[in-house]
Parts: sequence; C-alpha cells; structure tokens
Amino acid sequence: MSIPSGIRSSIPSQLKLRPRGDRQPNRASGAALPAKMTARGVKVFYGAKQALKGIDLDIQENRVLALIGPSGCGKSTFLRCLNRMNDTVEGCRVEGRIALDGEDVYGKAVDAVQLRARVGMVFQKPNPFPKSIYDNVSYGPRIHGLASGRDELDEVVQTSLKRAGLWAEVKDRLREPGTSLSGGQQQRLCIARAIAVSPEVILMDEPCSALDPIATAHIEELIDELRANYTIVIVTHNMQQAARVSQRTAFFHLGEMVECDDTEEIFTNPRDERTQGYITGRYG
Amino acid sequence: MTDLVEQDVAAVTPSPASSTPPKSRLRGEAFARRLRARHAAERRFRLAGAAAVALAALILVLLLGSIVAKGASAFLEARIRLEVTLDPAEVADRNYNGLLRRALYAHFPQVTDRAGRRVLNDLLSSGAPYELEAMVAKDPALVGTTQTVWVRADDQIDQLVKGGYRRDLPESERGLSDAKVAAADALLASGALAQGFNTTLFTAGDSREPEQAGIGGAIVGSLLTLLVTMALSVPVGISAAVYLEEFAPKNRWTDLIEVNINNLAAVPSIIFGLLGLAVFLGFFGMPRSAPLVGGLVMALMTLPVIIIASRVALKAVPPSIREAALGIGASPLQTVLHHVLPLAMPGILTGTIIGMARALGETAPLLMIGMVAFIVDIPHGLTDSATVLPVQIYMWADSPERAFTERTSAAILILLGVLILLNGAAVILRKIFERRW
Repeated sequence: MSIPSGIRSSIPSQLKLRPRGDRQPNRASGAALPAKMTARGVKVFYGAKQALKGIDLDIQENRVLALIGPSGCGKSTFLRCLNRMNDTVEGCRVEGRIALDGEDVYGKAVDAVQLRARVGMVFQKPNPFPKSIYDNVSYGPRIHGLASGRDELDEVVQTSLKRAGLWAEVKDRLREPGTSLSGGQQQRLCIARAIAVSPEVILMDEPCSALDPIATAHIEELIDELRANYTIVIVTHNMQQAARVSQRTAFFHLGEMVECDDTEEIFTNPRDERTQGYITGRYG
Repeated sequence: MTDLVEQDVAAVTPSPASSTPPKSRLRGEAFARRLRARHAAERRFRLAGAAAVALAALILVLLLGSIVAKGASAFLEARIRLEVTLDPAEVADRNYNGLLRRALYAHFPQVTDRAGRRVLNDLLSSGAPYELEAMVAKDPALVGTTQTVWVRADDQIDQLVKGGYRRDLPESERGLSDAKVAAADALLASGALAQGFNTTLFTAGDSREPEQAGIGGAIVGSLLTLLVTMALSVPVGISAAVYLEEFAPKNRWTDLIEVNINNLAAVPSIIFGLLGLAVFLGFFGMPRSAPLVGGLVMALMTLPVIIIASRVALKAVPPSIREAALGIGASPLQTVLHHVLPLAMPGILTGTIIGMARALGETAPLLMIGMVAFIVDIPHGLTDSATVLPVQIYMWADSPERAFTERTSAAILILLGVLILLNGAAVILRKIFERRW
C-alpha cells in the first residue's frame, strides 16, 4: 500500500534531512548485547525496481526482533535476505553486507544450503510437507545427517515437537499426514520442523497472519519460550503482537529502515514522525 | 460467480444520487423479471450441455456398436473335424496335405471324381497341413495312430458358417460355388464343421490367407516400439521438464527453447517420419521396418507432449512446498526430488500415458520408415522387421476378402482394449501416487 501523498508531504522536511548517525540501530540497553547478525547498507533490487534502500540493522542474540511497517515496505524482503531465500527469486539482486557471526552470508565461503540450515524460516502460510508429521520434522535432520540411527531421529522429532508445544497433541498420530492438522497446529509443526535442525536464528514471516486468535496466542507463547535458545526475527502486521513478543522493534517504510529500538521505546516514545504515524494507525 | 452477480446488480442499480433507494430496485417487478430471465438462461445452457453430452455418447455408441457388430465374429473361427491316420510313410514324406485330404474324403464316400475332390480340397485352409505338422512335431509318439483333429477351414467356409454369404443369391453373384456350399452344409449337419475360439487371431503374424492371419506380430511390434519410445522419451522428457521448470534461468534462450517445444508438439507426425527416414535410416544406416527406428521416431514425437505435460504438473506444485524445503536447507535438487517431483508425479504420469497412447495409435510416421510392410514373422528383437497394430489395421482394411473385414474390426477392438488398459493403468498409478501423501 502506498502512502497518500498528503501524508508524505506532511512529514517535516527536517526529519528527512536528519543525519544518519542519529539513526544508529544500537542504543541504550541494546548496545550491550552481542549481535548475532548484522546488516550494513543492504540494498535489494527486483529487476529495475529497488525494494530496499540501504538497511543497517543489528540482530541481537537470544532476542526477538520484530519488523513492522506498512505492506510493501520491504520487511519481508529484508527477512528473506537473511537466509538468502531471495536467491530463488528471479531477477533479485542484493547489495551490501549481511553477516552471521561476523561472516558475510553472501560471501564465497558460505553455502546457501548450509546458511539456511543455520538460519531457519517459518512462513506466513503454514506449509507442512504433504507427508506424515514424523517425516515433516525428521526431514531436516535426515538430509543434514544430524541423527545417526532410528532412535536418535525419534529423539530429535520428539524434542522438536515438545519445544514447539505440539507433542501432547500429536504423539499418538505421528504417522498421519501433517496436512491433516488444524492451521495453528500446522504452523507449530512448521516451527518444530525448523527447530529440528537446531538453527541459530529463526526467521518468521508473519507466522500468525493465517491463524485464529487462540492459535496465535499459542504461537506467541512459543516464540517467547524459544527466545532462550534461538535468535528470532519476526515480521508482523500486528503491532500488539510486536509489542507482546519482541524486545527490539524495527520500523520499515518505503524500503528504508526508519528506526530500530527497544520495543517499549518504539511504542511509547518513537523518535520519527513516520513511526508515530504508523503505530498510532494514521496509515499502514 | 459472486463477482458476476454483483456486477449484474450494480448494472441495474441506479447510482446513489438517484431518488429511488437501491433496496427497492432489488425487490421490484423489473428485477424479478430479470431474475427469471437469468434462471431461464441457465436452464437453457444446462440443457444444451446435456444435449451435447448425449450426442457425443450416441455417436460413440454407434461407432463402437458397428465395430463390435462387425468384429465380434472374428473371435470365432470355423474348424473341421477329421479322423487322421498318421501313416509313418506319409509322415516321413511330410505329406500332411495328403493325410488331411484322405481324412476329409472319408466324410464324403460318394465323391470319387477329381472335380468333386477339388471342391473338397478347397474346404480346408492352406495352413491346415502346418497345424498337423506342428502337432506331430510336438508329440512324435502320435505317428502310426489315428487321431481326431480339428483343423482350420478355408476363410470362405468360415464366412459361410458365420452367415457372410447370402444363400439366396445365384451362384455367379455369390462368389462361392454351390458345390462348396453343399459340402459345407453336409459337414455342418454331421457336426464335423463347427466354430471355436479363434486363437490364431492373437498368436499368428500376418498372412495372405485371412484364416491364418493374426495380430500377434503387430502386438509384439507395437510393444517393442513402445518400449523404445518409453525408455527414451520418459526419462529425457521428465528431466528436460524439471530442468526447464526448476533450474534453468529465465532468459531469451530458454524462452526460445520453450517456444520450439510448443511448436514441436504441433508438428504433423508424418514430418517426424520423414526426419526418421532421413536421419536414422539415411544417415545412421539403421535397419528398415525395425521397432528400434519406429520407437526412436515415436520418442521424438512424444517428447514435446511429455515435456509440456510435466512442466504444467511441476508448475501446479505450490511454491510454498519449495520454500519449505529450501527454508530448512534442502539443496535445490533435494527439493525437487523429495518434494516437487512426487507431488507432480500424477500429472506427469497422465501426460506420459497420453503421449504413449498417442504413439500406440500412430501410423503416419511409420509409413516413412518402412513399417507398413507385409511381415509374416513375429519379431524377436528391436531390429527385426515388424509392423504395429494400427498399421496392421490399415493394411487389413485394404484387403478385399470378407474375412479380413471382420478381422479389421476385431483388431480395432483389440487396439481399443489396449488403450483402455493403458488409461486404466494411468488411473491406478495416479491413485497409488496420491495415496502416499
């Protein structure tokens, strides 16, 4: 959704001219934590169209970072850069530097397949494989050779399903197709599938947008629990959700990262006029 | 559907500026009339559709009915019972013809003159001595004994028994002499002439004599040809489709390839025959009339069909499955082999079997590479001379004998049966593949 020109022109000109240094991603409490992933000057082009215009962002370890912003602002695009899912998009070009533990993920030394195992992803629409629940979860460990033997694989499946809060509901029906579960269960199955390969970072692209409020509450609780072991980046349209689950929030707008701060700070005391406009519901 | 209705309503609903509120317009007499007209239009459309289906079904029933009516009798053949004494001296001389004739004359003790016996000789198929020879070769202990054998009757007698000749016509117009009719009637009356299941039709190769002709050779030829076609076009077609759909970059070259594949699917099949003649026979010097060459030509013809069907099936797999697999670190090849291809398999199989069925029914390209030939022997290898079912039908349809007419229809029935079997296999395979998920 594009912003009506009236609103755009209402943004004070001095805001646009604010020096970059003032928009440092790390500030106050956030600066103390080590960054698991860093993005510097990330630009993304789809053919001739520029989707991201130079993003600088730090993703801190064992924290939930929420990416918010109106539709088409580039937050999903940014998310998909972090595990190079954009590689699969025809005509997509990424510039700038994204590092995982200081290593450039677009560098020659990094293999996209390995990267995606280390940086897992949960998608907007639950997309379990049309196979059994067991096969869904065990697929990742199997292709990466993470479990030797049947017993170990069973163990991984059980742990993953337990962590995803799904074990109690499916432990007697592991052989049934994953697609036979309800929407919320399917999404938790997808989370179990993602954590079965023990990734370091989990990316979630609007994981609750296709779910009802109860299933959403389930997933949100789960995200909070997973934070202890994983670094999580979540894209959401729901600002209450961002406020509930995240410690850090970044606001994206028209391909730019407007500001990134502690979640509380963003929602109570945004520094940018556009952020304030968005969270108070003026647009988006 | 709802969109259409909404547009429709919008068309009759005046703009909000109008004095009448829109609500009343949706209830008025004019609207009710419109509604009735819309329902009537739907009824008319449904009726037309049902009529079209009924017409198609009727034509199909007529077509099948006429083929069955003409061809059903070909599954029976007339045989004559003879008490043959296998005289060792005659067997050593291989004079089986003489043995059979002697046994036949025993049915007609009153006939002693040469002309009368010539009529009797013509009752037997010219292939009957070979039947007897095969029997003796199988069990040499029979020599010296008297055996009751049923040997094939001549095709004219066969047709007479089946009612193919009109007995009320004068002899000159009937094409079958009164003497033969009388002899056959005598045999029929004594029970020595009867109909049995026609195994020759299934086991024998082609022959000039209708009663000795069968589609065994053509079926084997068809199988060998299809085998070559399948072995080539299925793996190549699916690989090409997977590469083009899942791996190839989208640029001018792949666009060009795609356009060409679509064009190839529309090329008349005779062109592929000419290509086979020029390249496989002319350039590579492969044998004429061979299932190998026929299969190669058919494979070229089927490839575009399989590629297009497979690409459509691959395209129909939701991208979310690919993302899911890639998202947990499956390599692109693993993504395709473990997830995309199994999901696309039912569609690919359908396309493949449609392609195979088309190849099975194809004649035109085989004209060019010499598979339209009179071949008596059943082929034993890919390079033996062979013909295929539809070509056999084409050649029999050209033959003037009445007995070939019914055999043509019977061969068509068998071809249809094989096609139905193929399509049934496709349905079963689809079910199996779908049940896995």
